[in-house]
Amino acid sequence: MKDFILKHIAAIILPFICIYGFYVILHGHISPGGSFAGGIIVGLSFIAFITIYGSRKGHAQMPDKVLVFMESYGTLWYGIMGMIGIFKGVPFLANKLAGVNLGAPWALSSGGLISLIGIGVGIRVTSTIITLFFTMMEDES
Amino acid sequence: MNFIAADYGTMVLLLILVAASLAMYFIKDLLHAVVVFGAYSLTMALLWLQMNTPDLAITEAASGICMTVLMMIVILRTSRKGE
Repeated sequence: MKDFILKHIAAIILPFICIYGFYVILHGHISPGGSFAGGIIVGLSFIAFITIYGSRKGHAQMPDKVLVFMESYGTLWYGIMGMIGIFKGVPFLANKLAGVNLGAPWALSSGGLISLIGIGVGIRVTSTIITLFFTMMEDES
Repeated sequence: MNFIAADYGTMVLLLILVAASLAMYFIKDLLHAVVVFGAYSLTMALLWLQMNTPDLAITEAASGICMTVLMMIVILRTSRKGE
């Protein structure tokens, strides 16, 4: 696509969309939204980049190695956070039972392991959506 | 039958939802149907907000309005090139 206005407006807007996605992920435990919705918003900023600038520049920005790394280690991070409960002798994904400090209510640091789990899920959803879009875009052409 | 004011808003949104989903079936042009699907998703997001679930409204707005419509348009463009 050779649209001058579209490219320059997108260069201004897309970083803010990405930052808003990170905001939704990190505030998932105290406000509406969460890791899934935030991950989709972060992925959407990259999808819009790929749609406007073409898939070759998109691959330069997001190589397949990085996508595979994000997808597998996001899932592994979820598993590690769940195993903390088992190492303490309480069920899988236990939060207060495992002795985690929950903090003051409505503070950003409250919630114990939930915000840490949300980061892993957000990374995983982002990479899954970008991989899905690359597969659909390049299968026919 | 007693309705409060919020119920009428929900009824109007549900009627728009039925109209949009019927229109998607009868429209012949695929690109127009994708745009109507975006309107369907926007109505659904407003409906989630009306029913006090802003969590689902954010997810619907992100995945339904933006992601699905973008993916459908890209698929239409790539499949038309091949024909």
